[in-house]
Amino acid sequence: MTGSVERMPERGMRGTVERIVWPHSVPQACEDLIHAGARLQMAYAWFPRPGQPPEVIYLADRAPHQPFELLRCSLTHEAQELPSMTPRIPLLGWYEREVHELCGIAFHGHPEPRPLVLHEGARPPLPPLDPRYQPTEMMPYTESPWDLPPLEGDDVQVLPFGPVRADVLESAQIVFYYVGEAILHCHPRLFFKHRGMEKRFEGLAPAMGALIAERISGIDSVAHTLAYCQAVEAACTCEVPVRALYLRSILAELERLYNHLYYLGHLCHTTTLKVGEAQGKLLAEQCKQINGSLTGSRFLRSLIAPGGLRRDLDVAELPAKLRALEPEIFRYMESLEQTNSHLDRLMTTGHLPQQIAFDQGATGPVKRASGIQHDLRVDHPYAAYDRLAFEIPVRTDGDAHARVQIRMEEIRNTLLLLFAAVDAIPDGPVRVECEPAPRAEGLGWCEGARGSTYYCIHIGQEGRLARVKVKSASFSNWRVFPFTVHDTNMMDYAINEASFGLTMAGCDR
Amino acid sequence: MPIWTLFGLNRGLATTSWAGKADAGVQPGVLGLPRYEPDRCDDGCHACADACLPGAITLAGGNLRLDYGKCIGCQLCTEVCPSQAMMKSNNWAFGVRDRSDLEWADALASAPAHQLKNGIRKHFRRSLHIRHVDAGSCNGCESELQALNNPFYNLHRLGIFFTPSPRFADLLLVTGSVTYAMRGPLLETWNAMPEPRWVMATGTCAVSGGVTAGGYSCGHGLEGVLPVDVWLPGCPPNPAAIIHALLLLLDRASQHVKEGRYAG
Repeated sequence: MTGSVERMPERGMRGTVERIVWPHSVPQACEDLIHAGARLQMAYAWFPRPGQPPEVIYLADRAPHQPFELLRCSLTHEAQELPSMTPRIPLLGWYEREVHELCGIAFHGHPEPRPLVLHEGARPPLPPLDPRYQPTEMMPYTESPWDLPPLEGDDVQVLPFGPVRADVLESAQIVFYYVGEAILHCHPRLFFKHRGMEKRFEGLAPAMGALIAERISGIDSVAHTLAYCQAVEAACTCEVPVRALYLRSILAELERLYNHLYYLGHLCHTTTLKVGEAQGKLLAEQCKQINGSLTGSRFLRSLIAPGGLRRDLDVAELPAKLRALEPEIFRYMESLEQTNSHLDRLMTTGHLPQQIAFDQGATGPVKRASGIQHDLRVDHPYAAYDRLAFEIPVRTDGDAHARVQIRMEEIRNTLLLLFAAVDAIPDGPVRVECEPAPRAEGLGWCEGARGSTYYCIHIGQEGRLARVKVKSASFSNWRVFPFTVHDTNMMDYAINEASFGLTMAGCDR
Repeated sequence: MPIWTLFGLNRGLATTSWAGKADAGVQPGVLGLPRYEPDRCDDGCHACADACLPGAITLAGGNLRLDYGKCIGCQLCTEVCPSQAMMKSNNWAFGVRDRSDLEWADALASAPAHQLKNGIRKHFRRSLHIRHVDAGSCNGCESELQALNNPFYNLHRLGIFFTPSPRFADLLLVTGSVTYAMRGPLLETWNAMPEPRWVMATGTCAVSGGVTAGGYSCGHGLEGVLPVDVWLPGCPPNPAAIIHALLLLLDRASQHVKEGRYAG
């Protein structure tokens, strides 16, 4: 391939096959990946040395059971810009804007050259992820007018909804352009909650980074910590004991269970099925209480660490507790599927065609409800998933109802997985030493309740974290979501948003 | 088609009988913030301070300083302490009226009578309306706040409600460490509330910033931003801890933590 060099895998980011590309050959390298059947997953930048120019990294998933593909592009002081790949690969749109704002790299030809992560009026003296930017320095900010899509026509009204929204919700603003009941265009303004979490990993010992990963998205604590720890373990070539692998799968499935049950209850809230709402949220509460009695944390925190688990868990009583809940969960889901008033609101609502889902980067149940069969647990197994048999549900309708059905199927599969994992779990140690390897890099991934979560970590010369990139499921799905809102109506909006099951914290970081 | 009214009636009562109790039986197995036993502490050992990411445990002149307002309950200190001076505990009802009560004091001062500034009982007796603002949390606190209205906790039975409009709110309940972008909306919400009004800082991020304090886009919680009436650390505080703190605000429960010490 012209303009690119294949690199020995042991020297680059572990868990990937990588190519070094020159800035001008990025489009050709991306084109080659697409022709090989790969789907781009994300792009980010980092600064290998303070004061030196950044490196941009593109990650792609080529095929199940194949290593991830990685493109690495070093920039120079003179030319800190790249051609935008967004016109060809739309899902890169947000990644490029984020790289531009946080790392100072320009992407020429970008179709959406608007602020994304840092709001209008934020003026950091240096790109915040530049190592020379002091970690404790608050960036100057003055409230400024927003850069919104231009509006033509007298009868179109603009409704900014949020950032403080009704009920207990995370902060975000949805700007509607509408006529009467019809929404013409939906423009989410997010990142009110941008906490600069990726910068917080800088300089920490890899073991401490797990505490930050647990707090990127509170209700996806296991998915994030697991992906983070697997990235550290890949970088440090550390072999996790088998018992810990099983326990990690059990924790990940428990997280999926309480999230999906809460999702069903919250969806009933939007369709005003009050008893259904109460029952779904009660079942989620009962699962959180099971989590609490099993691990000490209702969110399953303070357990997963690089090298395994911080302590062993006694899972002997878990199946009995789940068996007691199982008939109630099944009866609840069957009742929902027979309630016409509920189904009427879900069917055909928020339709996401397969092509848009693929192009814009949909992930998790949202993607699988639009006909894309992909689940990291099966396609790139981690933890104990290669030792457990289970099915991945797929639907092709692409509407809110399909997204619900995927989650209902996943609840059934998760219960089966939990019983099978507890049955098969061997005795043994749960942790090994995970010595940080200087200048090592690793990729970790996890299929959380909301979809694929990736962590890329770079360890510095002193064995401390130099850069951690977090790709959360909600960042991908928030990008996709507006495509299902344009040209729909206001009455369906809340149902549609609930059917996506999004979080702000994971997206904003 | 299922008859949901019947479904609900058949399901029976799901609500817990306790309210405002804060003993371990209320949340079986759930760990709280660690307990400190200074008598067991080895002089010169600083393993816990080294392991404390948010800086809740620090060393000052050879003495250990402990601030529960910064604690995220990660349990690392209890794992590295060689002499069990830091121990796992089920103490999670950490709601206090004075921020200083979250800090360990070597010499106990005599307890001053804690009076709420505006005499909340006189104004409200039993009903309270809350406006929640997420000022940059991880969504853990929101998840536990949302749980308050599930049938198990059933917050309504205590006369406490969430309200969409700040105009109808008595209490501003804040989560998150106050990002640069949420500071403005947070203050606008506060200004839209009628007086008298109260503020509760919920979760370690809102109390001190926790692991998200500082940085290029985050503040240090509510200190210096709004006048806080009740501080509740925890990462996140569980629903029972939030109920306890709300009842503490209403003078319907007593405070468990005094100068860093937890008394049941």
